[in-house]
Amino acid sequence: MSLHATTSKFEAAVLEHLDAAHNLARWLMRNDQDAQDVVQESCMKALRAFDSLRGGDFRVWFLAIVRNTSFTLLRRNKNSQGRAGEQSLEVGEEIAADCEIYDPQAIVIRAANADLVRRAIDALPEVLRETLVLREMEGLGYKEIGKIVGVPIGTVMSRLARGRMRLQALLMEKDQPGERKSTQEGNRDDLR
Amino acid sequence: MTCDEAHPLLHAYLDDELDIATALQIEKHLPDCPKCRKELEAAQAVQRAVAQPAIYYPAPSELRDRLRQAIRSNAAEAETPPNAGFLMAWWKRPMAFSGLAAALLLIVVSVALFLPSHAPRGQIDELVASHVRSLEADHLLDVQSTDQHTVKPWFAGKIDFSPPVVDLAAEGFPLVGGRLDYLAQKHVAALIYRRNKHVINLFIWPGETEPETEATQGFNLIRFECKGMTCWAVSDVNAGELQQFVDLFKTQKAASTRS
Repeated sequence: MSLHATTSKFEAAVLEHLDAAHNLARWLMRNDQDAQDVVQESCMKALRAFDSLRGGDFRVWFLAIVRNTSFTLLRRNKNSQGRAGEQSLEVGEEIAADCEIYDPQAIVIRAANADLVRRAIDALPEVLRETLVLREMEGLGYKEIGKIVGVPIGTVMSRLARGRMRLQALLMEKDQPGERKSTQEGNRDDLR
Repeated sequence: MTCDEAHPLLHAYLDDELDIATALQIEKHLPDCPKCRKELEAAQAVQRAVAQPAIYYPAPSELRDRLRQAIRSNAAEAETPPNAGFLMAWWKRPMAFSGLAAALLLIVVSVALFLPSHAPRGQIDELVASHVRSLEADHLLDVQSTDQHTVKPWFAGKIDFSPPVVDLAAEGFPLVGGRLDYLAQKHVAALIYRRNKHVINLFIWPGETEPETEATQGFNLIRFECKGMTCWAVSDVNAGELQQFVDLFKTQKAASTRS
């Protein structure tokens, strides 16, 4: 294929999935600037590696690059704050059996408040957040999510179950979800 | 199907990820089980909450435009090896760019090539991380002493070089001790000094270097060479005070060697 044709094909594919890429990066990074940086860097990485794709699923491949670029940046940010391992990237994979089930109607009412939903999702651990975003917002199947995240299908299933349970609890919290996390900022000041 | 069997499969059922036989068993179970029904409905409510278009973040149009341009102008790189790509692509088609741009690029590239002393971002982050970690409880010191003649020998046998150690208490930077640290895949010596309430970490390992200053995340970093060693001073004291510390360290060390 000529260079021009390859470039056009790549451009079309990237632009088609740019919303998905940006949405995933934005939910992982939790701010606009980092999300745009991640998408741009991912796009350049993908361009350089486009030859190696050879007919695979472009969306899955591209979102995996976005996902990995996001985590690299997240880890770097965490390390440079000297808080490695805080809000661990790993969460238990088991489905909590004793989790409270909330009234579905009450959840529906709370969910009408988009800001509240946003804050609740932001408060989820990253691995649960990314799985929910890929499943509910992008409509991806367990197999595709497993490929993007790099885990077996069973893990995708349990993370989704855990993510939805956790999100119910966050939505139903009396105080605003996510506010407890603000203590993270204060810690560095204590050190200085 | 019992409730215990159905329960772990509810989410996969909701996501349409079960085989038909199992899905039918779940459907048979649901009318008999209010608990599973409620959980399924709650999960559906969460699903709809997350899927609502109002919280989706589509790519901003300026990002879309920027990427379209970047892809087109970088297209030539895609056919060359990743490392050589940048240089090769421009080199192969110098006419494609204005003379000014080419000249600027040449300057940037030659600065990058001939002044390799610029510390990589990763190392700066690592130094800051190490400094911050040292401030956490019980990690600051391995050997606590204000006496340079105690601190210096302590490193012997722990690392294969002898870091320069001077006390600068008289100048307002008392030595408080030393520590073994691990940076850039090697063991390094860390000397700890205080400036009023602030801590200065001085990381030392063998090798020549060029002077450099950095500021990041509220920390100042100064690199200098002392007796064939690469030294990095890291602290949250202001840049002027840190520079004063570095100058004192270098002159004191030179003086102590002569005597």
